[in-house]
Amino acid sequence: MRFHHATLENGLQVVAELNDQAHSVGLGFFVKAGSRDETPTEAGLSHFLEHMIFKGTESRDALQVNTELDQIGAKHNAQTSEEDTIYHVTVLPEYLPQAFEILADILRPSLRTDDFETEKQVILEEIQMYDDNPMSVAYEKAKALHFGNHPLGGSVLGTLESVGALKPDQMRQYFQNRYGPPNLVLSVAGKSSWDQIMGLAKQHTNHWTGSSARRELPKPHGTLAFESLLRADDQQMVLVAISDGPSLESDDRYAASLLATILGDHTGSRLYWDLIDPGLADGAEVSYQDYNQAGAFYTFVSCMPEEAQENLERLATIYRSLQSKPPTEDDLERARNKVMARHVMRNERPGTRMMSLGLNWIYRQKYVSVDDELRLLERVKLQDLERILEHWPLWPATVVTVGPTTDLRKPK
Amino acid sequence: MTTEILTHRLSNGMTLLAEVMPAVKSAAFNLLMPAGAAHDPANRRGLASMLAEWWIRGAGNRDSREIIDELDRLGVSHAASAGTAHLSLSAATLASQLLKSLPIFADIVRRPLLDPEELEPLQALAIQSLRGLEDDPGSKVIVELRGHAFPDPLGLNPAGTVQGVEAITVKDARKFHQSHVGPTNTILAVAGAIDWPALRDRVEELFGDWKPQHQTPLHLGEVRPSQHHLTKETQQIQVAMAIPSITVSHPDYYQARAVAAILGGFSSARFFTEVREKRGLCYSISAGYEGFRERAIILCHAGTSTERAQETLDVMIAELKRLVRDGVAGHELKTMCAGLKSALIMQQESSMSRASMLAGDWYHLGRVRSLDEISAALDALTPATVSQHAASLPIDQLTLTTLGPRPLKFSR
Repeated sequence: MRFHHATLENGLQVVAELNDQAHSVGLGFFVKAGSRDETPTEAGLSHFLEHMIFKGTESRDALQVNTELDQIGAKHNAQTSEEDTIYHVTVLPEYLPQAFEILADILRPSLRTDDFETEKQVILEEIQMYDDNPMSVAYEKAKALHFGNHPLGGSVLGTLESVGALKPDQMRQYFQNRYGPPNLVLSVAGKSSWDQIMGLAKQHTNHWTGSSARRELPKPHGTLAFESLLRADDQQMVLVAISDGPSLESDDRYAASLLATILGDHTGSRLYWDLIDPGLADGAEVSYQDYNQAGAFYTFVSCMPEEAQENLERLATIYRSLQSKPPTEDDLERARNKVMARHVMRNERPGTRMMSLGLNWIYRQKYVSVDDELRLLERVKLQDLERILEHWPLWPATVVTVGPTTDLRKPK
Repeated sequence: MTTEILTHRLSNGMTLLAEVMPAVKSAAFNLLMPAGAAHDPANRRGLASMLAEWWIRGAGNRDSREIIDELDRLGVSHAASAGTAHLSLSAATLASQLLKSLPIFADIVRRPLLDPEELEPLQALAIQSLRGLEDDPGSKVIVELRGHAFPDPLGLNPAGTVQGVEAITVKDARKFHQSHVGPTNTILAVAGAIDWPALRDRVEELFGDWKPQHQTPLHLGEVRPSQHHLTKETQQIQVAMAIPSITVSHPDYYQARAVAAILGGFSSARFFTEVREKRGLCYSISAGYEGFRERAIILCHAGTSTERAQETLDVMIAELKRLVRDGVAGHELKTMCAGLKSALIMQQESSMSRASMLAGDWYHLGRVRSLDEISAALDALTPATVSQHAASLPIDQLTLTTLGPRPLKFSR
């Protein structure tokens, strides 16, 4: 495993972790642009732009982009979050040059008006698809309620109204502001050579221009509000609770993710034993999400409407009792072993390594190997969990319920 | 790209398959027992699924908590579930821990406690999961389609029915376990950084004295082409259709796979291009092959807003007809092969994917195909043979299921 990094003259940062044993190579461009960088009238623009990137350039139309990637057997996709837009491809090593050329080309898109109007329809369909999913509705609502006016509260997809009103010129301007090379990281993992990567990077991105972009980083304070949303036809109830957590810049993020595993892994966790095992809920999970200068613990529960109020009380009791009944050495050990084994397994795929490499670089400018991550997990002590629980208690939390009843109240 | 597949037949009828993957640190297994939901008694639909959940709640001399804690300590990710044909148990962890976890899994399938105390929570969970399906239109429409497109019992939802689940008793579970779970035609497929002689010896030790069970053959019902609509006030109408196809053991199997992929298996495939890219009618659309040893289908699925659903269906049908009439082009076939080959090679980076591939091949074919064999079969496809297969697609036997505010017009 060899790590390399460089910054091109135009400001594009390149990182690579090379592994001759790999069968494939993953390549990704990470753009520091997401829903948190949008103004309210731009809601959904980052994600819409992600779609438009695949609509082609001066030299290729949309069908050519898809066809050429498919012809080399590329596994390709893109994703947009609150903070990043990531374009990624995994290919067999012999196709890296073609994959690189295509990906770099589409990152300087034409953004044609007629494509914009057609693709807008696709996005509106995507929004409606998620509107039919109670868990997505609850997640979006809870995030908006928790973060309030903070930029992280905005929806990645936007709404039918906000996306419906977007204009091509807004997108072109947003692209100008956000897709300058200093605001991007290129990450490569798998079978390749540093010479090859630098050669390709210079050949295909040297002409890119643009500057770095500013991001507002206000400190979030969760509103701890409560809201019940009615979906009269639903059979099950969805409960989402959110509380603030350590940020991605903090060394506490490993402890925070172990804490989330202890509390709400899909098996063997506190919520599993208290809610799933007795059949009180058919889903109960906790996840820790780190953001740029922010963080949050998310709890998701799915249950019968009749159990919803009781489950909210149970959740509050479990979280409040953490001060007096903190995790034990054994809890920590089991969570650690699980997380470490999963980590090793996931990272056997170059595509996964490339993602982790890129995200570590874009915000932390740090190379963290798989072994380093294992060491950092190994180093977490009970006192770290206790410190997190003290600084970032999971209760009180912002709570949103979605389902056939709104006759619910926040537990005291 | 050939790797050796190691095979060991136990005298009681169980088969152990293994592939040594030197480049990974993990190992995974898939245990397939021919005791799937297709064997559920008609008035106990959901029994096999419940049994899979019951197993983990106590076996041998361990109770529920001891099993889960021990697996967590070994970092094992695990899942037990009932499919239509099989009860299946899968697990993955660091290779160094896998053998240590095997005795627990042997207890689970051979000596489950099936504690009566667990019945009520398990029923509550099963019912909640069935209710959750009603809230998830995208999954619901597929489950419904399978019910109409496959003959009983192959098309039945393995999760069962609320009525069936409520009727289940401890005696039912014990009886099902005794009569259906055993070594006869059971497949244990292992892949990863394993030591073959040690694995083989351990498996003999743990499963060698397992008494063969009597295998009950399935009696398949009849299917007739049909059209169904489920009314629900959703944002989108879900459109799902199935066309009868041929099974994996059929000499023309690869032609069928090619046809399904060219229709909707990659980003420049016909559905994606015609429905989404050119017309912006939907966000999610796909086509794929799926099947059992007895029957197979090509399954097509799209979700689209109410006012555009009719056009979506019309374009999908027109594309099916065009495929039958005009066949496929050489470049489409090449693209399809490139995608499949690269996916096959990348599979070698994941012990979990390889374990499930080995088990699946053994179930369908009674042997494991080498990557070279698959590759050669793909190379042997020509536009003429694939077009010939496309021409024989029985689109007059299409089954259509829709879900949403109103039904769609469709004539054969």
